[in-house]
Amino acid sequence: MKVELENLTKKWGDVIGVDSINLDIQDGEFVVFLGPSGCGKTTTLLMVAGIYKPTTGAIRFDGRVVNQVAPKGRNIGMVFQSYALYPHMTVYQNISYPLKLKKTPKAEIQERAQRVADIMGIGHLMDRKPANLSGGQQQRVALGRALVKEPGLLLFDEPLSNLDARLRLSMRSEIKRLQVDLGITSIYVTHDQVEAMTMADRIAVINDGQLHAYDTPAEVYDRPRTLFIARFIGNPPMNFTEVEFSQINGAYHARREGLELVIPADRAEKAVGKGSVMMGIRPEDIIVDSKGIPGEIHGVEPLGRDHLIDAKIRDSHFYLLADPSLSLKSGDTVKLGFNTKKSQFFDIKSERSLLWN
Amino acid sequence: MTLKKRIWAGVPYLILVVSVLPMFIGYFWLLISSFSTQTEGLLPVGNLTLEHFSFLRESPFGRGYPSIWRVTFNTFLIASFMTITVVLVSALAGYGLSRLSFPGRKSFLSLTLILHAFPSVTLLIGIFFVLRALGLYNTILGVALVMVGFEMPFGIWLMKGFFDNVSWDMERAALIDGASRLQVWWQIILPTIKPGMAALALFAFISGWNAWLIPKTFTIGAGQQATLSVYLQNFQSDTVAVDWGAVTAVGLFQLIPVAIFFIFTQDLLLNMYAGGSKGGA
Repeated sequence: MKVELENLTKKWGDVIGVDSINLDIQDGEFVVFLGPSGCGKTTTLLMVAGIYKPTTGAIRFDGRVVNQVAPKGRNIGMVFQSYALYPHMTVYQNISYPLKLKKTPKAEIQERAQRVADIMGIGHLMDRKPANLSGGQQQRVALGRALVKEPGLLLFDEPLSNLDARLRLSMRSEIKRLQVDLGITSIYVTHDQVEAMTMADRIAVINDGQLHAYDTPAEVYDRPRTLFIARFIGNPPMNFTEVEFSQINGAYHARREGLELVIPADRAEKAVGKGSVMMGIRPEDIIVDSKGIPGEIHGVEPLGRDHLIDAKIRDSHFYLLADPSLSLKSGDTVKLGFNTKKSQFFDIKSERSLLWN
Repeated sequence: MTLKKRIWAGVPYLILVVSVLPMFIGYFWLLISSFSTQTEGLLPVGNLTLEHFSFLRESPFGRGYPSIWRVTFNTFLIASFMTITVVLVSALAGYGLSRLSFPGRKSFLSLTLILHAFPSVTLLIGIFFVLRALGLYNTILGVALVMVGFEMPFGIWLMKGFFDNVSWDMERAALIDGASRLQVWWQIILPTIKPGMAALALFAFISGWNAWLIPKTFTIGAGQQATLSVYLQNFQSDTVAVDWGAVTAVGLFQLIPVAIFFIFTQDLLLNMYAGGSKGGA
């Protein structure tokens, strides 16, 4: 099912929940709505589900405006963060409930519910009540219930947030695999950027009810169009520092106290002549390098494979990942090399990227 | 060391036992008194007897008074009417107040709360005129309706509280699964708040069963419309000494259905549904 959102807006009195969002989702595509809590992503999802009515704007399924269609007429399945299983029903009754409401013949209900349960690996738990299942099993039941009516659109509202870290990882790949196998158009809401990066065909970054970006994970990561996106995507997050440009012998230099970096012309040209700008650089684009700029190590966090180093150059902090075998310690002096080919520049006032707009 | 620990472990029990003792003694005396010819303090004097239960066969107040069975039936009728009406209406109203936003919702809620706290005695005279105008004075239905009215604010608030605790997600899930609003209410929400409804049913039944003030006020004497509590009052008389044996026997008789009702519902009351829905709201 193809989904289009056109100037979609939701207001509660003067409070704007969702502010004129435009995007389209292709048939079979997996789109992630990513943003911090309270940004409007769940509100948008609930409008697509038909639980909330849009204040203005349109929602189209396969070209048909569905603003006024009740949830049950939309042919959708939804998985909730809280699982939202019916506690008084068994697993079988939970999964078969949507079919029962459609007055599907009993034999067919049985067959389809069993098939879905087997796909989800919960076929042997059919007689249990939700209270007697683990969190992961409950999530599978919820997924099974959403899938059983073979919906044209699957909606996920932070479905993995209540699972432990290990289970989250395996369910993540399982949901993605299932979605690819079944080819069902999906919208997945999360505040976890790792989930967004790993699962999405396209990511819609939402903040304060506004759509900041709608692009593939790689594009969103490499070409953040706003400061918000740059801050939000990436773990550990991007480093920021204010710099001013100057031109020396035809080369562009970005400088602040204690720091002077040569910036490749293709990037610098767009950022030069704007006075003070915000430079962003990802931790993986800073390395320990004997020819680099001297700084002082302020903190070391062992992450296992890497150490997360908090290095200070004068008054600005830079986070980078270093090999544990370097055995860097707090207080050490270290020289840092910056991969300025990957540097980002933002206008301080408008917080928009100077490179990608 | 272990002895000290043991003594400390016993302290909560001691406190509980002491605080429950007065109630226990009351019931104990009720039981003893209704089966013995005479009591002195808590102990029976003389023989055990079933004589106090003669009210089951014939009215102890002579002809013209309704039989105990008639009175029991009346009481049962009022209590059942109350239970069914209060639970049904409160469940609907509570759902609406918990889930729907409509103009006047807030004032309705506070008004209900005020009504709940309102001393019902002050309304008796007003209600009397209303009942008489409606032709419901001295009828079972009239008494039952007034009782329902007094119980309703409590019921609505109790039910609203239970509905508030049902996650929105569950309701949304059911709507998306294809249920109508009424189906959601009946098939999904109500079953999950069964313990709450059982609690309310129990409260309503007991308050209907034990009601004295309202039946006493709105029925004539101990006539054909009397309830058990009103009937009990007939034992008090200015001319004859009170037969406490008979009073306790009727009291015991009145106690039986409540005890049975409680036994059947306490499972539901205690067994609140667990799991199935985590986090979220």
